Amino acid sequence: MTPHFGLPEFGFLLRGLQWTVLLTLVAFAGGCTAGLAVALLRTCGHKGVEWITRIYIGIFQGTPLLLQLFVVYYGLALTGLKLDAFVAVAIGFTVNASAFLGEIWRGAIQAVPRGQTEAAMALGLHYSSRMRDIVLPQAIRISLPATIGYLVQLIKGTSLAAIVGFIELARAGQIVSNQTFQPLLVFGVVGAMYFILCWPLSWWGSRMEARLALASQR
Amino acid sequence: MGYTLDFSVVWHAMPALLWGCVGTLGLALAGMTLAMVIGVVGVAARDSKAVWLRAIVIGFVEIVRNTPFLVQIFFLFFALPLIGLKLNPTATAIIALGVNGGAYAIEIIRGGVQSIHKGQVEAGYALGLHKGQVFRFIVLKPALRAIYPSLTGQFIMLTLTSSICSAVSAYELTSVAQRIESDTFRSFEVYFSVTFLYLAISWLLMLGFAVISHRFFSYPTR
Repeated sequence: MTPHFGLPEFGFLLRGLQWTVLLTLVAFAGGCTAGLAVALLRTCGHKGVEWITRIYIGIFQGTPLLLQLFVVYYGLALTGLKLDAFVAVAIGFTVNASAFLGEIWRGAIQAVPRGQTEAAMALGLHYSSRMRDIVLPQAIRISLPATIGYLVQLIKGTSLAAIVGFIELARAGQIVSNQTFQPLLVFGVVGAMYFILCWPLSWWGSRMEARLALASQR
Repeated sequence: MGYTLDFSVVWHAMPALLWGCVGTLGLALAGMTLAMVIGVVGVAARDSKAVWLRAIVIGFVEIVRNTPFLVQIFFLFFALPLIGLKLNPTATAIIALGVNGGAYAIEIIRGGVQSIHKGQVEAGYALGLHKGQVFRFIVLKPALRAIYPSLTGQFIMLTLTSSICSAVSAYELTSVAQRIESDTFRSFEVYFSVTFLYLAISWLLMLGFAVISHRFFSYPTR
């Protein structure tokens, strides 16, 4: 007797959705913090440091997210630490986010007109004040559409945690699909849940991009 | 504790892994070809006069771009047999990659077509170029030049995405790695090395695309 896709199954998917959202939020928060550090190091002016961060970013951009997840997941297991699956995948996504957000913000920092930095220097502002009060506020504005774009990528990316066995939305979908033998319905519902999560963000991002493009035309 | 890393298993499995690389490249190439076909047809439909056709294309692009590839490939894996396409995992993977890449290709190609100003074409005719020349030098080459970076970037993205096709056990690098892992239990060593194989693939692709771009798309300087 196989169960049909009903309310309990839907509830199970919703709990998976909760984990997807939680995983995304944790990874995004961690990625923002570490990404800021990456972006600042990438633009610090020291040749060696810039080169190292550049390679760091290049590695994450040039390899599949799935493999990055595998390496972090099994790498952490080797250290002997008994980590919860959630913590392990959250670390994996955080590291990935740090590289991608670092690169996005690197571009944004460099897109702030040089005159701004020069004027701040002429006013005698030191590095931290120059960044915090002059460059970063403008860079954040420029980077917002791409940052939101990455957030959508991250939400979709967390589905790969399913492959290492963490039960989030995609894995919950696999489980329910195996129980009910209604894969099309189940994956349709799962897809719709991701869509409801991602589409408003995508829409917001592209609207903001259009507005920024209009502003820079003036 | 006391785990010692042993990369010799990776070295012994290298021939299989290199064949996996070939599989990955083949998968990406086939997927990208399908994506380009979907892209060109999609752009024509996207700008057609039929409202319903435009709506379908817009809906397709939004759905594909806002759902994970993993869910898309699972859906297709079960949906394709229902419409009579009983395919092996690799063929399913190619279709999934093509559908996914196609949605992005539609946006990219559309951007390229829109980047050609009507006045450019008129200027071409005014200079006495005939129709073929106008198409080749004024429409095609600048449009290709405009979309080349995003299109090749998309190809590399697709190559990396193809690792997810291991979830339906298509023949490519990650599924080869998973097989070696389950034979040797050397998870970290295998995946660590395979990550760098992917890095080598994407760097080689980037280099190749840069050479092609330099050869064909640089503006004449003489």
